[in-house]
Amino acid sequence: MNLTLKIWRQKDSNAKGQMVDYKVTDISEHMSFLEMMDVLNEQLVNTGEEPVAFDHDCREGICGMCSMYINGEAHGPDRGVTTCQLHMRMFKDGDTITIEPFRAAAFPVIKDLVVDRMAFERIQHAGGYISVNTSGNTQDANSIPISKHAADEAMDAATCIGCGACVATCKNSSAMLFVGAKVSQYALLPQGQVEAADRVKNMVAQMDLEGFGNCTNTGACEIECPKGISLENIARMNRELMKANIS
Amino acid sequence: MALDSKVPKGPIKDKWTDYKNHIDLVNPANKRHIDIIVVGTGLAGGSAAATLAELGYNVKAFAYQDSPRRAHSIAAQGGINAAKNYQGDGDSTYRLFYDTVKGGDYRSREANVYRLAEVSANIIDQCVAQGVPFARDYGGLLDNRSFGGVLVSRTFYAKGQTGQQLLLGAYSAMNRQIARGKIEMFNRHEMLDVVKVDGKARGIITRNLITGEIERHSAHAVVIASGGYGNVYFLSTNAMGSNTTAAWKIHKKGAYFANPCYTQIHPTCIPRSGDYQSKLTLMSESLRNDGRIWVPKNMEDVIAIREGRKKPTDLSEEERDYYLERRYPAFGNLVPRDVASRAAKERCDAGYGVNATGEAVYLDFKSAITRYGKEQAKIHNITNASEEKIYELGQAIVEAKYGNLFQMYEKIVDENPYKTPMMIYPATHYTMGGVWVDYNLMTTIPGCYCIGEANFSDHGANRLGASALMQGLADGYFVLPYTIGDYLSDDIRTGKIPTDTKEFDEAEKEVKDRIDFFINNKGTKSVDYFHKKLGKVMWDKVGMARNEKGLKEAMSEIKAIREEFWKEVKVIGNANEMNPELEKAGRVADFLELGELFAKDALVREESCGGHFREESVELDGEQKGEAKRNDKDFAFVSAWEYKGEPADAVLHKEELEFKDIELKQRSYK
Amino acid sequence: MSGFFKSSIGRKVAMALSAFFLMFFLIIHLAVNITSLFSEDVFNELSHFMGTNPLVQFGLQPVLIFGVVFHFLMGFVLEIRNKKANGVAYAKNNGAANSTWMSRNMIYSGLVILAFIVLHFIDFWFPEINTKYIQGDMSGMHDGGFRYFHELVEKFHNPLRVGAYVVAFILLGLHLAHGFTSAFQSMGLTAGRKKNMQTFGKLYSIIIPLGFIIIALVHHFNH
Repeated sequence: MNLTLKIWRQKDSNAKGQMVDYKVTDISEHMSFLEMMDVLNEQLVNTGEEPVAFDHDCREGICGMCSMYINGEAHGPDRGVTTCQLHMRMFKDGDTITIEPFRAAAFPVIKDLVVDRMAFERIQHAGGYISVNTSGNTQDANSIPISKHAADEAMDAATCIGCGACVATCKNSSAMLFVGAKVSQYALLPQGQVEAADRVKNMVAQMDLEGFGNCTNTGACEIECPKGISLENIARMNRELMKANIS
Repeated sequence: MALDSKVPKGPIKDKWTDYKNHIDLVNPANKRHIDIIVVGTGLAGGSAAATLAELGYNVKAFAYQDSPRRAHSIAAQGGINAAKNYQGDGDSTYRLFYDTVKGGDYRSREANVYRLAEVSANIIDQCVAQGVPFARDYGGLLDNRSFGGVLVSRTFYAKGQTGQQLLLGAYSAMNRQIARGKIEMFNRHEMLDVVKVDGKARGIITRNLITGEIERHSAHAVVIASGGYGNVYFLSTNAMGSNTTAAWKIHKKGAYFANPCYTQIHPTCIPRSGDYQSKLTLMSESLRNDGRIWVPKNMEDVIAIREGRKKPTDLSEEERDYYLERRYPAFGNLVPRDVASRAAKERCDAGYGVNATGEAVYLDFKSAITRYGKEQAKIHNITNASEEKIYELGQAIVEAKYGNLFQMYEKIVDENPYKTPMMIYPATHYTMGGVWVDYNLMTTIPGCYCIGEANFSDHGANRLGASALMQGLADGYFVLPYTIGDYLSDDIRTGKIPTDTKEFDEAEKEVKDRIDFFINNKGTKSVDYFHKKLGKVMWDKVGMARNEKGLKEAMSEIKAIREEFWKEVKVIGNANEMNPELEKAGRVADFLELGELFAKDALVREESCGGHFREESVELDGEQKGEAKRNDKDFAFVSAWEYKGEPADAVLHKEELEFKDIELKQRSYK
Repeated sequence: MSGFFKSSIGRKVAMALSAFFLMFFLIIHLAVNITSLFSEDVFNELSHFMGTNPLVQFGLQPVLIFGVVFHFLMGFVLEIRNKKANGVAYAKNNGAANSTWMSRNMIYSGLVILAFIVLHFIDFWFPEINTKYIQGDMSGMHDGGFRYFHELVEKFHNPLRVGAYVVAFILLGLHLAHGFTSAFQSMGLTAGRKKNMQTFGKLYSIIIPLGFIIIALVHHFNH
């Protein structure tokens, strides 16, 4: 198929960006979206133009590196996939595809479609851990039974890949799905209880400091999340924070 | 330089404990004055950085991704082995040790493997304490699954995302140390050279991938944890950015590179669909528990399927060749990875591949679905169930077991694997070879360590499923933090290593010159062009089956590609900005050297062992006719290569492997 | 706790708490008004009680006014902060793909409701305050009977006003369609009963505005 691509080009974080049109031809429907981008970049290199910078790495939907806002949706029109798992069969010959970086004040553009997600890192530094030594002299793994239900729920929260689609999608650029998932993973496990109050306070404080917006419960993040992280995690974070402030 | 593996004396089960009891340590007050660089933040690097920082060292950690959590360890699906014996099925440290050595086709170092098995149980304790949500049974205790090639259930798992969860665990431990200021994290930084001062590794040169700035970082020791080199094939299950640059740079500065030819080709990956393909996706090995692998018996059917005139489901049982069941009646579809991969290649080479590229075989779940369906019908007391009903019942069981994999397959291939067989083909997955290290995990450069997939030590010629995660974390959490102290105890009075010395000047200049070359070269071809060309040679001639003629051709062809690369490579953009093409150019340049050494190593090793299959070394008669033939008399050694300029000139050093606790046997799956 | 209400989540909770109060108030308001359809007397009795009982007038009324003002102010504050968090706008954004129109436009439905409240105050509240506290007539009587029902009916003569009421209540319905469940979610109260909560929220957001609309229309066409 032949496609027109409208792509955000921006030299660096200080430059003013703009949408630029490109044409690609003979795209196979079996290609992944990023392979289509590879074709474009190969074409640009061959004509001496600078290729489009975009984040990607594992290309199997787990590293969370790839981003892109495609035709008005984070990770494109398919559900439950990252951009690298999006396939061109979702598009038709002759389509025009708009490709933009993830947008949020807390995610400044580094170049073209690459954004800086260090805000997520700092939120995790603020409390995304259990304070246990890595000495190996911990108690036996089976000494604390954890109900299967709690373990499964913690696992569901822990599958978050930190891609930032929730922020990009949110009309308020809120990071609450991400932070909620992180808080929930630990809040659901007995190991995480000891520091639960401080953790949620610190992580939320850092989240606010980073300039993310406020959740208005539109639920868009849950729909666009490639890992299907549930809104329930936000509710749980809210509870945890209230609990932390009351006790 | 003679190789000294520094394996401690004494009985194998006491070696590690005795050794730990006697090595020098650095006292806590002095650790504050010692800096350690860790390159790579996957399971090995991440766990090492966290533990070293916790011990009190000042750690600088480097990742080319924008977060340590994105390292490719995250993609591991199946699980992590540990000799916990929670299932009471007879597992033990010795058994895990034995399985690993045997699985590695007797080409690994006994003492290292035993230590790995010994600390494996601690890993699980550690991870659970960190909040890794391993799967549990209804009693709230940890669940296990079994994995290929072993007789016990010792694999711990977190759904199909065990690597992700373990990496997040190590990452959380890092976060704690970053918050304490003990780890300084450098995201989007790539190491481009190591700096040696007085023969010791004392720092690295990095490029800031956002600004292009070349930076100097000094330390008292350098730890390389940069993963494997599977991307030398261009197409692999590795991440796009996975590269060998850090490992290769230390090799060029004096670290020996061991067994580069030991590569694992995983049998169950989604086949290539066209030339544009950028990477291959693994489907968990567990699928072979229920899937039957076949190709059509008759060439007419192959052609009809390729042309779309027939569907695989049109073929009757008699028209199918279940070649693994035919060749290996005892193990059938559950033969080890290397055997399954070679068998698929054999059929496709003979022309029986079932997709347009001719490189695919079927993995069929129909009989499993029917079997489960009948079982379910019985359980639910459904008499005279229709075929559809049975299929429906069976499908539900298969869905519960493999649902996420089936969905992933459908997203990529756009075919429903419940209705039509999956297509699979082998793909490069893991590299057992890597930088040579001694028992302390130190390379042949003093002060330069190498851990995880980047080193060579534990898996011999073939790695068992669920052992990579175990090794990465064992190295990082429990081995390196001890052994590095022994070396650093001499450095407590050294003081900060200055970066304004001629050694740093020289290393930095070398790095800058190379970048300038790429930017200024008036080439005509993209970096990917060369990478793909290299990958094709590697796959065709140094892939699943190798022979002398092909390997010699490969060496000269790779050399030719390398020469063309240095003339014709074209890198658009500038050095002082984010420039993915420039990053790729540097990585491919290193792959082009490694590829040739890889072929050379394969050429020298005139035996078949594990992932390395030489067509000349097969059993000629008897029950094992046609199977891989290992040669313990002449090749029970580690090939450690010393860099001498051109890869073809590399000098071989042999570390003889002694097997005192395990008897060498041929692997048989007939 | 003061730190809590400065945090993003604290603000959400404050928003939700004020919303709960307002939603409760709507039920009371509708319950009183709906009697006007069946019995002039009951409606007058209730109105007089609400209009003259000191607890209602000096206890609940200020709280209500505070709740309304707080909900609006906080809504604006959050909207402004959220806009600031957005950065550069997307060239193409397909919001409809993942969220409802209501959830994305609370600020606009809210503004219409605000405009309505102004109209409502001019219609009822200011005259009422004027009669009771400025002119000092606490009797609630006019021409020998309670004045409340007649005042109500009179207001609904004008078709323009009735039209404005209908539009405003439709937007109130849309506001509630998202706001009801949203308030519970903000309070962290959705665990395990999300489905029921959503069904209940839908019913609430239809019944309350519909009730007010019916009252307006019935009085318009009957009198």
